[in-house]
Amino acid sequence: MRAETRRRWAIAGLTGPAYLWLTLTIFLPLSAMLWFSFQKKGPFGRHESEFTLKHYEAFFNKAYMQDLTWRSLEMGLQVTGICLLLGFPAAYVLAKRIRGRWREALFLLVVLPFWSNALVRIFSWTVVLRPGGVLDGAVQFVWPGAPSIDLADSWSAVIIGLVHSYLPYMILTCYLSLQAIDDSLIEAARSLGASAMTILWRIVLPLAIPGLAAGAVLIFVPVIGSFFEPKLLGGTQGVVIGTVIEEQFTVVSNWPLGGALSFILLAIVLLVLAVSYPFLKDRMRTT
Amino acid sequence: MAQPWEGEGMSRHLVPRLADGMGRVFLALILVFLYVPIAVLALMGFNESVHYALPFEFSTKWYEALASNERLLTASFNSVWIALANTVVATVIGTMAAFALGRFRFRGRTVMQLLLFPPITIPWLIIGTAMLVFFFWTGIGRGLHAMLLGHIALSLPYVIIVIGARMASFGPELEEAAASLGATPLQAFWRVSIPVLMPGIVAAALFAFAVSFDQFVISYFLAPPGISVLPVEIFSAIRKGFTPEVNAISTLVIFVSMGIMLAFARLSKFGGER
Repeated sequence: MRAETRRRWAIAGLTGPAYLWLTLTIFLPLSAMLWFSFQKKGPFGRHESEFTLKHYEAFFNKAYMQDLTWRSLEMGLQVTGICLLLGFPAAYVLAKRIRGRWREALFLLVVLPFWSNALVRIFSWTVVLRPGGVLDGAVQFVWPGAPSIDLADSWSAVIIGLVHSYLPYMILTCYLSLQAIDDSLIEAARSLGASAMTILWRIVLPLAIPGLAAGAVLIFVPVIGSFFEPKLLGGTQGVVIGTVIEEQFTVVSNWPLGGALSFILLAIVLLVLAVSYPFLKDRMRTT
Repeated sequence: MAQPWEGEGMSRHLVPRLADGMGRVFLALILVFLYVPIAVLALMGFNESVHYALPFEFSTKWYEALASNERLLTASFNSVWIALANTVVATVIGTMAAFALGRFRFRGRTVMQLLLFPPITIPWLIIGTAMLVFFFWTGIGRGLHAMLLGHIALSLPYVIIVIGARMASFGPELEEAAASLGATPLQAFWRVSIPVLMPGIVAAALFAFAVSFDQFVISYFLAPPGISVLPVEIFSAIRKGFTPEVNAISTLVIFVSMGIMLAFARLSKFGGER
């Protein structure tokens, strides 16, 4: 069996580096954080390891932790909802109403922004939304004497910034599933007398569900784990579970608590993925 | 008998056209929403006032100031250096893994493919903090080397998936033909498989570069005081009160990133009809 042995060595040699790397820098760190989330103290100095559940209890005993988690979920729902309402129609126009070179060019224009640095995009919103900023200036120009718009450090600013960051995902996934819908289906419905509304509800939307679901997951999951967007745009209004986790590592150095909160957040993410799995599985079958 | 759509005459053509027009206006508004902040950012880099005050007065002084801003320049240099090293390592070992996963059937292959998804779906906040804990604990520590380790790990799944998609589009026939003509497996790999995979490899490399160059979260947790990369530097500039120099560098970053994306789109016909 020399060939078989050679084959095994080839597989091990080819996959080894990549998977060793992933183990060393992703899977072991996650395991280490899980371990420390059950430890009394973080990896500072020498001390005996001591098992404790107190960091998880801290989450369940402190009402504000749960409030902040709800706030993160609320943020995820609001951003995902707005992206759905804006992204689906935009994707529909792009996929079904515009043809040829224009469509390709516009599609590229839609996806281009999410390749710009996320932080830079948030930064640009701080310039636009602050009092005396660009939005304020524009409103004053159109309507002199209008009340000053001050969205700096507000919840609205957080939502606007996040929608701006994640909208292209929704347009992209909806576009891909809308493009796959055969136009002759819509033609057939129309020739049988279906109204535009009926066509949308009974044909287009059901067939586009996989794209909508994929977009929703791609947006919801990172948004509930976001921290620098709420921090930079929301200030004190932008305190969410993500910013609390971040501060456990960068400010107060309570790594075990940060770890425990991270794993609670991860559990929520897994729950979301499990719930959306049936819709996403559909997508894999259709494409 | 009259059909429901008869006798509506005008409206039958007018309504769809109106809806069409409204749809286009809507799409245009979405594009305005997507680009206005970016345009504002770029323009403000050319505005004279340090307080971003209007009216606009053209000036290149912030770009001149940027040219002598050691902190931002060092951070930019670090970013480019890490992104390049990341691209080389991630592309090479990712191509190897993608080839094995695409060409061989073996036990554990499905598990290996599934293992690519946690790094993509787990929020970066959690991965970044976990890396901080582990690197600190094992003595790897923080710094540019730690950032490079992290960036490569984040790039690898994307590289393997992109090249894997290219692998799936052609079977083992070409390599078999090469073998039957007397090529060793290594020769077949270098002279046949690699050239066929090339478009996928280049696309994956661009992807890896962008993942690293735009990466903030991981770098933020792994950057020790005093050493930083561009996104981390921009973050601290925003927090400490910024000057239009940050606009200038951000504009340059946006153009680099978008340039990479355009190159990527050309190479992979991303989104177009295949």
